[in-house]
Amino acid sequence: MRNALYAGLRKKITVITLVVSLAPLLVLGGTIYIQFSGMYHDKIQEQIYYRARTQAEAVDLFLKERTAILAAMADTNQFNQVVLEKNLPAIFAVMNQRAGAFIDLGVIDNAGRHSAYVGPYDLTGLNYYQQPWFGEVMTKGTYISDVYLGFRQTPHFIIAVKRQENQLNWILRATIDSDVFGAIVKAAQVGRTGDAFIINSEGFYQTRPRFGGKILDKSHIDPSLFGGKTATLERADQKGKTILYAGSWLNNDKWLLVIAQEVEEEMAAFYATRNIEIAIILAGALAIVLVTLFITRATVARLRETDEKLVELNAHLVQSDKLAALGKMAAGVAHEINNPLAVILQKTGWMEDLLDEEDLRNCKNYEELKASIAKIEEHVERARKVVHGMLGYARKMEPRMEDVDVNSTIRQTIGLLTNYARINNIGIKTDFAADLPVIASDQSQLQQVFLNIISNAIDAIGKDGLIDIKSRRTDSLIIVDIKDTGPGIAPDKQKRVFDPFFTTKEPGKGTGLGLWVSYSIMEKMGGSISFESEVGKGTTFMVKIPVVIPEKK
Amino acid sequence: MDLFRVLVVDDEKDFLETLVNRLNKRNVDTVGVLSGEAAVEEMKKQIFDVVILDVKMPGGMDGIETLREIKKIQPLAEVLLLTGHASVETSIEGMKLGAFDYLLKPVRLEDLLSKLGQAFEKKDTHEQKIRSARIKQLMRFPGRVFDQEKEES
Repeated sequence: MRNALYAGLRKKITVITLVVSLAPLLVLGGTIYIQFSGMYHDKIQEQIYYRARTQAEAVDLFLKERTAILAAMADTNQFNQVVLEKNLPAIFAVMNQRAGAFIDLGVIDNAGRHSAYVGPYDLTGLNYYQQPWFGEVMTKGTYISDVYLGFRQTPHFIIAVKRQENQLNWILRATIDSDVFGAIVKAAQVGRTGDAFIINSEGFYQTRPRFGGKILDKSHIDPSLFGGKTATLERADQKGKTILYAGSWLNNDKWLLVIAQEVEEEMAAFYATRNIEIAIILAGALAIVLVTLFITRATVARLRETDEKLVELNAHLVQSDKLAALGKMAAGVAHEINNPLAVILQKTGWMEDLLDEEDLRNCKNYEELKASIAKIEEHVERARKVVHGMLGYARKMEPRMEDVDVNSTIRQTIGLLTNYARINNIGIKTDFAADLPVIASDQSQLQQVFLNIISNAIDAIGKDGLIDIKSRRTDSLIIVDIKDTGPGIAPDKQKRVFDPFFTTKEPGKGTGLGLWVSYSIMEKMGGSISFESEVGKGTTFMVKIPVVIPEKK
Repeated sequence: MDLFRVLVVDDEKDFLETLVNRLNKRNVDTVGVLSGEAAVEEMKKQIFDVVILDVKMPGGMDGIETLREIKKIQPLAEVLLLTGHASVETSIEGMKLGAFDYLLKPVRLEDLLSKLGQAFEKKDTHEQKIRSARIKQLMRFPGRVFDQEKEES
């Protein structure tokens, strides 16, 4: 019943404590995680966004430079001059010297015919009139091609500018070294999984990507997803890994510079932080759980102990009240009995007195009457002892100083118990120091103490045994040792001997107050009671009474 | 030598009568009264050496009140208190008020007689002291003896 109550309480406290302490921890941890994750993600996105943009600008610049130098060459030279085989290499050399990355240079007349060429291939005489870009250059003025294999079967792209010279339009066309161009793009590759490449608006690789394809392959990225100038997006690749892409359109609006990065790699630092956080939270949670369990257990145990003490105390109080009431009643009853006893005693005394008169002394029943009166007196005395014993027990009062002879007090006490001891075949042996001083003390209280201890000794022995009472003296104390041959007190019960209501007697036989009362009496007197006990051998109580020399009256 | 004069005060008539008889039989001049009030009246009439006073007397002056009155009337009379165990505290209070001693009821006559003896002895000593003090005073202020006696009685 009570166990269930405490178990329930413990459960409740544990759950509440855990919820209250773990919830904020988890919420805090979760919030921080989400916030931090969002922030970190944003940061990565931003970073890759700017990298794409910056790299796109670099590529744009590269293209612009090449276009510009090509345009400058076209603008500063005349068709009839550049078509001369000797002039073109000089221009080509200047261009490569100033800008570099040009593979070849060609002049195309307005009919699409390659009029002059300098470079590793022999392209002179090829006609580009049918090529779509030719028309575009003619209309727009400049043209940057997609990468294509062309006649030479290696990936390359060209930049072409139109020169309008009087009525004659001609085109200066240069091929850009794919490797140099690719290297610029590749500079944006970062880390183990970073990739950077350019795709055209149809999604074909314009530079060789690090992973997942060759130049001019169709990439799996749909360029139309990248709106505006620069945009980012996340995609899962074939392996299921999330890749973060940033795409920035180049100025020619045909090419998209793409930077790809595995989110996982970018987030590695974040994941490490997250793992630490999780570890901290787990450790914290574990600590909270353990501490909560421990504290709850301890608290409930303490509570239970207190409750039990309280229950015990309440029981004691109730019993104490009961005893006080009993004591009062006993005192009243005793007084009422004492009065008739006093009358009886006086009457018998009177009868004795009268019997001693001469005429009665010769009566034949004189001896019989005398014996009967003596018997009556004996039994009155017995009743008197019972009543006084009862009252002595019921009464509690401050010690009263009177002249006390400890030995005779013990003797009187033994007198009260002799019959009790005799019917149980228990001998009481005394060994009193002869030189004990008369002290100022409270005889009736001392008597009560001895009565309690000796009657306990008799009860402890039960039947057949010996009680050995010794008195001795030290400088400031009279010590009375009361030794019995009883069974002894078990070690676990020894510290409770002086507790009120502690009794080893059968229920109803002992109040458990005797030694407690004795203890408090001795303490009030400035003395003490202690005992030594060995199971199987017996117990010795030691009563120490302070020697107070009575004032001379 | 004069007989000792004892007044017994107890509301228990049987007890009182018997005790008075027994004391008288032992040559103690004893008078018994049943209440504190009667005791006070008696004390005003004649001198007693010792008063044996029951502490608990319901319905009238109790032992302590009677003791106070007695001590006013005859300060030299010694008072022996008789008590049931329940009123030991009261008896102690009585001793503070000048009672000689107290005895627990039921008391054996032998115990009572020995206490009486002690009380007489004390009274004697006391009286002798007073007497010799008076003699000393007499030597110094012969004219004041009678005044002194009046003050004391």
